[in-house]
Amino acid sequence: MKKTMAFAAALLAASVLSGMASAKTLVYCSEASPANFDPGTTTGGNDFDASSRTVYSRLVEFKHGGTEIEPGLADKWEISDDGLVYTFHLHPGVKFQTTDYFKPTRDLNADDVVFSFDRQFNKQNPWNGDKYLPNLTWDYYTGMDMPKYVAKWEKVDDLTVKLTLTEPNAPMLANLGMDFASIVSKEYADQLEKEGKMADFSTKPVGTGPFQFVDYQLDSVIRYAANPDYFKGKEKIDDLVFAITPDATARIQKVLAGECDVTVYPNPADIATIKANKDVTLMDQAGLNIGYMSYNTTIPPLDKPEVRHALNQAIDREALIKSLFQDAGATPAENLIPPTMWSWNKDVKTDAYNPEAAKKVLEAAGLKEIQLWASDRARPYNPNFQRAAELIQADWAKVGVKANIVNYEWTKYREEGKKKDRPGAFQVGWTGDNGDPDNFFATLFACSAIGVSNYSSWCDKDFEDLIQKAKKTSDQAERTKLYEQAQVIFAKEAPAFLLAHSQVYAVVRNNVTGFKMDPLGIHRFDGVDKSE
Amino acid sequence: MLRYLLNKIALLIPTLVGITICAFAFVRLLPGDPILAMAGEHGVAPARYEELKEQFGYNLPIWQQYARYVGEVATGDFGVSISSKRPVLEEFKTLFPATLELSFFAMVFAMVIGIPAGIFAAVKRGSWFDQSLMGTALVGYSMPIFWWGLLLIIFFSGYLGWTPVSGRIGLQFFFKPITGFMTIDSLLYGKWDAFRSALSHLVLPSIVLGTIPLAVIARQTRSAMLEVLGEDYVRTARAKGLSAARVIGVHALRNALIPVVTTIGLQVGTLLAGAILTETIFAWPGIGKWMVDSIFKRDYVVVQSGLLLIALIVMAVNLIVDVLYAVINPRIRAA
Repeated sequence: MKKTMAFAAALLAASVLSGMASAKTLVYCSEASPANFDPGTTTGGNDFDASSRTVYSRLVEFKHGGTEIEPGLADKWEISDDGLVYTFHLHPGVKFQTTDYFKPTRDLNADDVVFSFDRQFNKQNPWNGDKYLPNLTWDYYTGMDMPKYVAKWEKVDDLTVKLTLTEPNAPMLANLGMDFASIVSKEYADQLEKEGKMADFSTKPVGTGPFQFVDYQLDSVIRYAANPDYFKGKEKIDDLVFAITPDATARIQKVLAGECDVTVYPNPADIATIKANKDVTLMDQAGLNIGYMSYNTTIPPLDKPEVRHALNQAIDREALIKSLFQDAGATPAENLIPPTMWSWNKDVKTDAYNPEAAKKVLEAAGLKEIQLWASDRARPYNPNFQRAAELIQADWAKVGVKANIVNYEWTKYREEGKKKDRPGAFQVGWTGDNGDPDNFFATLFACSAIGVSNYSSWCDKDFEDLIQKAKKTSDQAERTKLYEQAQVIFAKEAPAFLLAHSQVYAVVRNNVTGFKMDPLGIHRFDGVDKSE
Repeated sequence: MLRYLLNKIALLIPTLVGITICAFAFVRLLPGDPILAMAGEHGVAPARYEELKEQFGYNLPIWQQYARYVGEVATGDFGVSISSKRPVLEEFKTLFPATLELSFFAMVFAMVIGIPAGIFAAVKRGSWFDQSLMGTALVGYSMPIFWWGLLLIIFFSGYLGWTPVSGRIGLQFFFKPITGFMTIDSLLYGKWDAFRSALSHLVLPSIVLGTIPLAVIARQTRSAMLEVLGEDYVRTARAKGLSAARVIGVHALRNALIPVVTTIGLQVGTLLAGAILTETIFAWPGIGKWMVDSIFKRDYVVVQSGLLLIALIVMAVNLIVDVLYAVINPRIRAA
């Protein structure tokens, strides 16, 4: 009997092992550990790659590799003539992922959709505040002005949800394709609340997306498995692994050595090496992004546009871009939005390099010292904040302004930087979320974004009127005109120094198919396959 | 011996008090209100502020706060991380085995090469080997860890393909940690492939982390050996006609090892400091990287408790070294 048992066990082990050997695993070398796995509470691209784009789905989705909207959990939707009521019809039979910590007893329904949004603004919802996680701010929900535009979410029946707006808002549909609008499971939330383990909601995610969460080893590896019940069909790869590798050179070496299949954000200095390698492909695309440096426009003498213009003029932008991006390439920014986006104003030009003129203005204004902020993280729109800071420091020294560089780790950096009374010049940037100009203008410079993502604390009435009007109009030609005017005001007022729109890169091994560069700056692994 | 041991332990008490004061003062000496700093940019409502102040005990006189802190630490309560919201001790326990495993292999590497090299250099004093070894040791001692790590990755992993680039183990191996040491856990699960993978992942980071201790140990062994080789009893041993190997291996080495053991003990501090950079380059999930991340995140609780935990470890190691010292050198016990 014992022998039979042992034989059976050995057979089982062998079959499990052979099953493992044939499993298709895709390894992505990611650049940072996620803060957590709840996309409503996080803001970083690396957070979203690890949560919303793998584990979750949304009512509407962006076309893979594009900015067009396509059906997601909602098969179809209607918008009322006055633009105030959106009715979504949910795909029937969508299953939440079954994991070892949660077994769903019902399919996705309207309750889940209502809950996913309610928790982000309703103070009475137990998931809104400290009871769930301390110091929650729901940055994206606020930053996208959702509290202002959303009147209510309603369940019509199990498969129909109605969204009522306070006023027409053209980019709303695109907003619902964004990461913060990921649909979470109410049943799972209720279960955790009952068990008194609410914090697990952010560490053990459950969604309806292409991959389901398996395990996270702190600061090291995240593991996912293909969701067998995915409503758009099971993925071709069986296992997806994120190997967290903060050093860019180590990431590239790992792809070249075959230890990972895909990675992103190579050092510009490594581009030539990558191009010369026959086993990997360097993919690139003009990024839907902008690198810039916000002046706090509320603190004298930076409250005067001429001082801000002078600081811009003192920077040798061409040399700066060359030194930062090297062979990787970048387009000097004339406007806040990149030239690939509709409504880009070709007639607007930003300040030209003119240190002599700058010096006179700055001397007159009495600006002797300024804080210049830099972080440690490489971003697509600025591969090296620290080097940029040092070069700008040198340029400003030439016009008699002493810049003191302030450093923080990326998460802390943004937290400190968005404070209304943060002094000086703050280097930052943006990668578009939904391909709508509103996503640049309103997110970064609307009055309501002060203290959230308006790092300049800039609130200009004319500019604000234009972008708010553009937001309410559904006619694209009309919106284009409004945004063109807004860019003229932006150039005149100069709330920020505009650096560049970078090329974005991904390095992919040649046996990987179906990986697409995403103009939205996210990294998706649905539809990706790998041959031996 | 017991008296010697008690003496050493008694000496640790003032050090321990000093460390708790340092860790405690650290948070209070930083500019700004710790509660406001923890609350982030959104601030806290005045009522909630008072509530938190009371909860953290910041409303008490400073000496009472210290007493409370020492009381908490003494009962094993090291606080909860501000950023991840997990108990600090739990995070420490998760990450520490990775650092310990790496440090152990780095030390083995440093000793296995450093001690024989030092002996050989002393015996062949003034030879080209001695000269080049001491030159190399000086270079090793001054090696910038970050640069050295990347150089080794590019050459051995990238160009030659001999070693993995980074991480602790091949990604195909996935098992729940038992001890937290990959080399031991893989054996406990009976996975030889995983064991080999864990070992191969240790090679480069161990070399990088072990380089400075290696240089120090080689130099220390050489000078200790030189001193001993000139002693009368060594000359006597030689005069008796003992083989050179026996004279060096038994008579000289045992005595020369005494200062070397002390040096090795002192290198533990160097290892933990070096782990910070090494772990960052090699994506090694240990406490060095954890501490650096926490400093940048202003996670005071982690930094304060992490500092204390690391200091305790260094102290414990120093105590062990003192004891070993006494075992090797009986004269110390008597003194």
